[in-house]
Amino acid sequence: MLDNQNTIRLIDDNGLRVDGRRLDELRPIKIEVGILDKADGSAYLEHGRNKILAAVYGPREAHPKHIALSDRAVVRCRYHMAPFSTDERKSPAPSRREHELSKVIRESLEPAIMSEYFPRSTIDIFIEVLQADAGTRCAGITAAALALADAGIPMRELVSACAAGKIDGKVVLDLSDVEDKKGDADLPVALMPKSNVVTLLQMDGSLTEEEFVQAMEISTGACRKIYEMQREALRQKYHIVKEQEKEEPSEVSA
Amino acid sequence: MHAELKQLVTPGDLLAEGPYFAGENTYRDGSKIYSSRIGLADIIGNKLIVVPIKGAYIPRIDDIVIGRITDIGMSGWQVDISAPYPAMLPASETPMDRDAGRGDLALHYGVGDLTLAQVIAFDRTRDPLLTTKGRGLGKVTSGKVARIAPAKIPRVIGKKGSMITMLKKETNTDIVPGQNGVILAIGKNPDQERIAIEALYMIEREAHTNGLTDRVRAMIQEEMKGKVVG
Repeated sequence: MLDNQNTIRLIDDNGLRVDGRRLDELRPIKIEVGILDKADGSAYLEHGRNKILAAVYGPREAHPKHIALSDRAVVRCRYHMAPFSTDERKSPAPSRREHELSKVIRESLEPAIMSEYFPRSTIDIFIEVLQADAGTRCAGITAAALALADAGIPMRELVSACAAGKIDGKVVLDLSDVEDKKGDADLPVALMPKSNVVTLLQMDGSLTEEEFVQAMEISTGACRKIYEMQREALRQKYHIVKEQEKEEPSEVSA
Repeated sequence: MHAELKQLVTPGDLLAEGPYFAGENTYRDGSKIYSSRIGLADIIGNKLIVVPIKGAYIPRIDDIVIGRITDIGMSGWQVDISAPYPAMLPASETPMDRDAGRGDLALHYGVGDLTLAQVIAFDRTRDPLLTTKGRGLGKVTSGKVARIAPAKIPRVIGKKGSMITMLKKETNTDIVPGQNGVILAIGKNPDQERIAIEALYMIEREAHTNGLTDRVRAMIQEEMKGKVVG
């Protein structure tokens, strides 16, 4: 018997999605910063059913030497999905998709990193997807920005990311896996919220100009909400510092 | 001024607007000054700075560092000072040059040896240059070593040297902190050195707690009981 695509309705009569969310509702996000001892900076992020680990090493010596740039640090990024992260085992070898995502993620974070402070060195970013449910590149960017800040790497600001899309003809926020697979469009967006600069913009599927504008609005709005969560996670991690430093200030060389 | 003094700030947080200078770990965009790192906002005169919580060791000229020899070259040694850049100690910057004849560099420092040195040159275009021509500098031949985060070194020294003076007195060892986060503890007695090292790691772990100096002193005194004196 033929499985008709139209038999799956992504939005029900009450305007709710398969997981019960409204059209403009973000999946729940949980953030933890500084969870890896060996990395200079790290973050663990859950976005819906996505589970992402990000680690940052650097600035550190450039190996091999010839990749070093004379005036700034080289930023390298590796986005990788664990073999157990998806329904079907994913081969551990880097796929063409992971290669592309590594590049676009790097390009989404570079504008925020003040790499000119560390010429002739490298900053290495690792994003490992432990469980995937659509939106992993966005969650990866959000996690990586936190890991960079946790590593003490100077940044203009944090970067946050969220995807919008179109399902059953309606523009919605933050697609889940089934919505991405069965939907009409997927639009991942990364934003530097303070400077209001978009650092990642990709699209899969088709949107009219109006739908595109709508999708950009809800995704950038979500990015700003996620940015507040990032800041809060960083403050949670280090808030004890503030209290104690006030009472027993240590010597600082200017 | 938007941020409070000693307030925890994150990258991109607005610190102030107007007639201020953008100091360490801050940057100016138009009339506004933002933080570029996680740390505590502070103001010195009208210069805004952020004291970072964490970060790589970036060498500065005159810093005292403890490094490990990683390679022997034609005219000097390559030294790992836990920075993003490998440092160079030229033979001409060691007292060895006074010896008759150059001799084999390897006889002076072998790979893996530790050296207490001072940074004499460092800029954006080249790796740091070290010297051991100075009082107390040179090859490390005894003692124990602790490695902590460079950002915590000021806490080891303490306000007006209060913490480090206490450590030296209570453990009866000489404590030499390198700005790169490596600290030497040289005593007459390996047990006292070990206690000093434990104290240093305790300071790193609890750097941001109250009454740390007293608790470290108490820990040391507890450990010192029953140990060989002198």
